[in-house]
Amino acid sequence: MSSLRKAERRSAYAFISPALIGLSVFTVLPTVLAIVMSLFDWPIFGEREFAGIGNYTRLLTDTPDFWPALRNSIVFTVLYVPLNLMVSLGLALLLGPRMRGRAIFRVLFFIPVVTPMVANALVWKLVLQPQGLLNGLTTEWLGVTMPNFLVDKNWAMLSIVVMSVWAGMGYNMLVLTAALEQLPTAVIEAARIDGAGGFRMLRKVVLPLISPALFFAAVMTIIGSLQVFAQPQLLTGGGPGTSTLPLVMFIYETGFQFQDLGLAAAASWLLFVLIIGVTALQFRAQKRWVHYEH
Amino acid sequence: MNTERSRLREAVGYVVATVAALVFVAPLAYAFLSALKPSREVLLSPPRLFGSEVRWHNFLDVFDYAPFTTYIGNSLVVSVAGVLVVLFVSATAGYAFGRLRWPGRDVVFVLFLGTLMVPQEVLVIPMFVVMQWFGWVDSYPSLIFPWAFTAFGTFLMRQFFRNIPYELEEAARVDGAGPARTFLRIVLPLARPALAVLAVFTFLNYWNSYLWPLIAINDYASLGTLPIGLASFSSQTGTRWDLQMAATIISMVPTTIMVIALQRHLVRGIATSGLGGR
Repeated sequence: MSSLRKAERRSAYAFISPALIGLSVFTVLPTVLAIVMSLFDWPIFGEREFAGIGNYTRLLTDTPDFWPALRNSIVFTVLYVPLNLMVSLGLALLLGPRMRGRAIFRVLFFIPVVTPMVANALVWKLVLQPQGLLNGLTTEWLGVTMPNFLVDKNWAMLSIVVMSVWAGMGYNMLVLTAALEQLPTAVIEAARIDGAGGFRMLRKVVLPLISPALFFAAVMTIIGSLQVFAQPQLLTGGGPGTSTLPLVMFIYETGFQFQDLGLAAAASWLLFVLIIGVTALQFRAQKRWVHYEH
Repeated sequence: MNTERSRLREAVGYVVATVAALVFVAPLAYAFLSALKPSREVLLSPPRLFGSEVRWHNFLDVFDYAPFTTYIGNSLVVSVAGVLVVLFVSATAGYAFGRLRWPGRDVVFVLFLGTLMVPQEVLVIPMFVVMQWFGWVDSYPSLIFPWAFTAFGTFLMRQFFRNIPYELEEAARVDGAGPARTFLRIVLPLARPALAVLAVFTFLNYWNSYLWPLIAINDYASLGTLPIGLASFSSQTGTRWDLQMAATIISMVPTTIMVIALQRHLVRGIATSGLGGR
């Protein structure tokens, strides 16, 4: 028996080692390295020099783009997440289990989720040109000339948000659809017999029942939106000025255009702290609105 | 008794869904129609459906302006290699966590899951330095290996393996097969659905990846993947919207076909995998 146990243990180590080695080299090592780098002046090429907390103080007090970048990431998240959840929930409810042909609609709304974000962004870059589809149609049909979306500082961020919702909401739509399809029909029927219908049914019965899925979707969407990069990079280049420059783009530019990897690593750490902090807050807040069945 | 009302509701539902679908698809249709126009007629006000000619040839011209064959080839190589590495690593580790008994298993598993909290965006800066140390900047390995060891796949496979009845394995053991043989002969074939879900997610992640190739690759002409090729093509060709849209549509085709082919499994795949995607 014990020799069998030993054999099982030995093969377990063999089975686990590829993942263990890979994770150590490609996740644990860079995580630790991020801390070390943030304490050094670390150019892409050339001499590194210990800087203590110099990068952090420089980031917070002497890097003009950092605070706008932080603000932009938060603004994007605050606009994007509710809009994404509302649209995806609306679609999930609309394309309910009783609708024939729902599969076709679902596939359609899901397509941009799996196409390269670069492609999605380029499509919208054309749509949002002054002579593009959107402005062309409003001028033609309503006689209204719209602002130059991607260059106007009041509209640039909103354009990125709308484009991102278009591209991303199909995912949450399917997450919520999966939750809606698992609703216990008995509960819904009972509520209906009790006279609940329409919005009351939605608010009092359906939403509480799918609140775990909504919570999951909200957490993942917030984490994702704090990592936004491709959309602003391609649509506005972070502009006008720095009005749509998010944190990840700031990190990328600091590291690879200004070749200041130490400062970029410090900013990466702050991004990590922000993501963990927001996620932790959500897990604490979930007690108030998420209902799990026990 | 309520059939009339419910029929009305159904009809309203269809109308709303159709309008939403039309609005949703308009940018894609516009991009496609723009890809068929002569360059100067893309941005005409008011917008028209078609230009003075329908230039299917734009889709071929793209390949003369930029090495799109190379981009597509690179994306394919990297995505397929990535899928193979991820499947291998996830299946083996998932088996060790889900089926085998060894000291420290649960602690190590929690540590594994802990790494899921660190997003790629936080790691790209140090990962680039690791690539410098390995001499992997501007190479296929830098596109394949760094993100192939996420704990997500291991987690997915472990959950799956745990639900396979032990009797199947016991029988093989009694016949004298060791863990390696049972894994290959019994467990792995049963895990095909989970492996398929993981393969699809992984392929899409590699195929669509943008930030990391932008960092790891300088030599776009020979090592560029489709997304960075597309982005650099767009910044080089400026106002050639016809060609940009043709290239964009080309890049959307494979993944769109994939979704349509897998449409029956979409909802269930998302429900079972729980996380992943974006």
